[in-house]
Amino acid sequence: MSPTGQATPGTSPSMSDYRRREQSITLSSVEEQLDQASTEELLTLNFGPHHPATHGVLRLLVTLQGEIVREIKPIIGYVHTGIEKTAEDKAYWKVIPVIERMDYLSYYFNAYAYCGAVETLLEVEVPKRAQYLRVIHMELNRIMSHLVWLGTSALDLGAISMFWYCFREREKILDLFEMSSGQRMHTRYFQVGGVIEDIPSGFAHKLNGLLEEMPSRIDQYGALLNSNEIVLQRLRGICPLDAQTLLSLGVTGPLLRAAGNPWDLRKADPYCSYEDFDFKIPVGTVGDNYDRYACRLAEMYESVKIVQQALDGLPEGPHITEDRKVALPPRHELATSMEALIHHFKLVTEGFRVPPGEVYFPIESPRGELGCFVRSDGSSKPARVHMRDPSFVNLQSFSHMAKGAYIADLIATLAMLDPILGGIDR
Amino acid sequence: MPDATGLELIAQELRRAEGAEEGASAGSPVIETLFFRGRGTLLVEPGRIRAVLAHLRSRGYAFMSSLHGVDHHPHEPRLGVVYELLDMQRVDRITVKLALASDAPEVDSVTDEWPTADHQEREVYDMFGVVFRGHPDLRRILMPEDYEGHPQRRDFPIGGEPVIFTYNERQSLGSAE
Amino acid sequence: MKRELLGPPGTGLGGRVDPDVLRVRNLNARQLLRGGDLEGPNPSAHLEGADFERHVEESVMTTTLEKAVAWARSNSFFPATFGLACCAIEMMSIVAARVDVARFGFEAFRASPRQADLLILSGRVSIKMAPIVRRIYDQMLEPKWAISMGACCSSTGVFNNYALVPADKFMPIDVHVPGCPPRPEALMHGVLKLRKMVQDDPDMGWRERYDARGTEEVIPTVGGLGGVDAFQEPAAVSVPPEGDTAGA
Repeated sequence: MSPTGQATPGTSPSMSDYRRREQSITLSSVEEQLDQASTEELLTLNFGPHHPATHGVLRLLVTLQGEIVREIKPIIGYVHTGIEKTAEDKAYWKVIPVIERMDYLSYYFNAYAYCGAVETLLEVEVPKRAQYLRVIHMELNRIMSHLVWLGTSALDLGAISMFWYCFREREKILDLFEMSSGQRMHTRYFQVGGVIEDIPSGFAHKLNGLLEEMPSRIDQYGALLNSNEIVLQRLRGICPLDAQTLLSLGVTGPLLRAAGNPWDLRKADPYCSYEDFDFKIPVGTVGDNYDRYACRLAEMYESVKIVQQALDGLPEGPHITEDRKVALPPRHELATSMEALIHHFKLVTEGFRVPPGEVYFPIESPRGELGCFVRSDGSSKPARVHMRDPSFVNLQSFSHMAKGAYIADLIATLAMLDPILGGIDR
Repeated sequence: MPDATGLELIAQELRRAEGAEEGASAGSPVIETLFFRGRGTLLVEPGRIRAVLAHLRSRGYAFMSSLHGVDHHPHEPRLGVVYELLDMQRVDRITVKLALASDAPEVDSVTDEWPTADHQEREVYDMFGVVFRGHPDLRRILMPEDYEGHPQRRDFPIGGEPVIFTYNERQSLGSAE
Repeated sequence: MKRELLGPPGTGLGGRVDPDVLRVRNLNARQLLRGGDLEGPNPSAHLEGADFERHVEESVMTTTLEKAVAWARSNSFFPATFGLACCAIEMMSIVAARVDVARFGFEAFRASPRQADLLILSGRVSIKMAPIVRRIYDQMLEPKWAISMGACCSSTGVFNNYALVPADKFMPIDVHVPGCPPRPEALMHGVLKLRKMVQDDPDMGWRERYDARGTEEVIPTVGGLGGVDAFQEPAAVSVPPEGDTAGA
């Protein structure tokens, strides 16, 4: 080969470039071409909204240079349901099923953020037993949400069998939800003032069984993925983002904790008796995809610990506030007490009235800070309900994370971002 | 959350700091302080929102939790924007509100100082019609691009399908009836 | 290199096999019907009368081509991955191990609509998404079916507001599965009902079971819903022509 990359012997200068390239043995002539300006041409590709790897109906306009991502523009709104507007039309009690369907993997958290906001407005106190029950269900929901995340993310990376293992555990948790409330998803279990029903007998036993085997299952998931060569290659060192940028973008939750900032509302600003429990906050170091994965996996262990402590320390008492102006009276009272009948009637037809005011109630959902803003104008319907959804704000960091990475890294980062489009679009 | 006295101190600081810079014509940026259910709220002039937020940031409230809109219909000024700020070091929250009249709902965007406001301001624009001056890309985010109207305003009808019962099923079937 | 033919050409026999033992069954019709056996005197060749009829019934099946094709189609749906919202999680549950859709052969979820024939619309269809759903449905090749999973796409479900469209308004749906979200077993029931519909045996037997004859609603076909013409009407949602990137 001549050092200038000219055609190999056998070609003549009058041949076209193409023929010369065909006949050359080295790729040097092709490499020459790659350095030219023509390869800086940017290609804009449309990802979604119907796409197997975007988690839900997310549309991305990705500008590529070769395989490297130069810019990402997410377009959302494809599952916008007008939940906040619908909530303005319904009584406070009836908003709970509507608001639960927002971030559809963490329905207990949606319900709790809303109920907590309304309870703050009403200044009604939630009994201790109800708080512990709420914690049990919320942490089980956190485990379930992380399981679905793990299953679908591993599916995106190619570790397809993880999906079945994670969903096997998820079915057990959904069995527990069905036991306590009758529904697998969107259970309407949390009500303003407490929970709708006490847990049935057998729930504690079944929950103990789950908690005994859960840590070993998470160990198994870790054993499959933690030191897996492919997982390491695809996640370690990929798309890191430092904590300062994340904070300026408003990102919270496991993404922020993976970057090193141990901000968790359960520890920083405890609500709902979280201060009674002893658990740790897993924090990452680098903030790359592997840390995000490891953080969520470790959070599952901590949630198991919290549920165990809550179950062991479950106090006796009412499961909902005794204030009959807010919570329905028990049915046996309706036969004997006139006031109970009147309260029941008022609550079911009109609903309770909330004194005017505005309140913002933030909690820690599996994806970050989930806040509920409720504005009440004194009537029985809320004047404004806004959910500050963590995925909506976290999505803004996606373009910062994935700039300069390959398309495959884009997919892995999107999986590690854990966006839930129901929450993003509301 | 700053307690009631802490909130008044912040409001005073703001009045002093901002009022002194702008001169006598500007007046105080803080219209009202409100302490409700353990949380402090500052109601500020819409034109001074950037300065207020910058001052609060220097005081430690460096994280913007949420930016959302409210419609106070029928009270004027009708459209409100609410900024929730958080001080992570002291675990302190403060709310900043402003109110805009519906005939000229414009306010300065805070996206360059607080990048988290990007999508959230777009959502307020989409749902309420508040225009954020200086926003890098103010378009509809949740509704289709060519949608007319701002859905979450209180006078926007909720829409939907009429529920078909026996008494109205003949009318709703088809267009010929 | 000459190779010994160990069996009839085309059978690919490689080992040492006695050709008389392993022989292609080129039986004649009489042997087929009578149950031709290769070794020894064959008792079934002497079947007569009722025994013969029964033997034929057991070994020969007649069908129409349509039925055979319908049977094959119904047992090999390729659902399209089309999860929109919460129902998508329950749809993922039917692929998971407890309610295993692979038992029926439907586990091959195809990402490309060109390769799929069943669209399981799972989740709420917003007005921004409706043209896209329609376009995906149009990209699927005949024969194709659609299941509307959950309350939100069958009607608007919990959310009766400006943002949602019930799927019936812009595409034909074969089976509606109620629930919010429907249990995986309920979705499975819906898929199996579709399977029966495709086999041309729509199991509407509930009317017999509950003795409900005479309660059918007659939908007027004049100027309204009814028949295929319904979908030629201007849809509630405008479907943008090809190449229009609405929403960008």
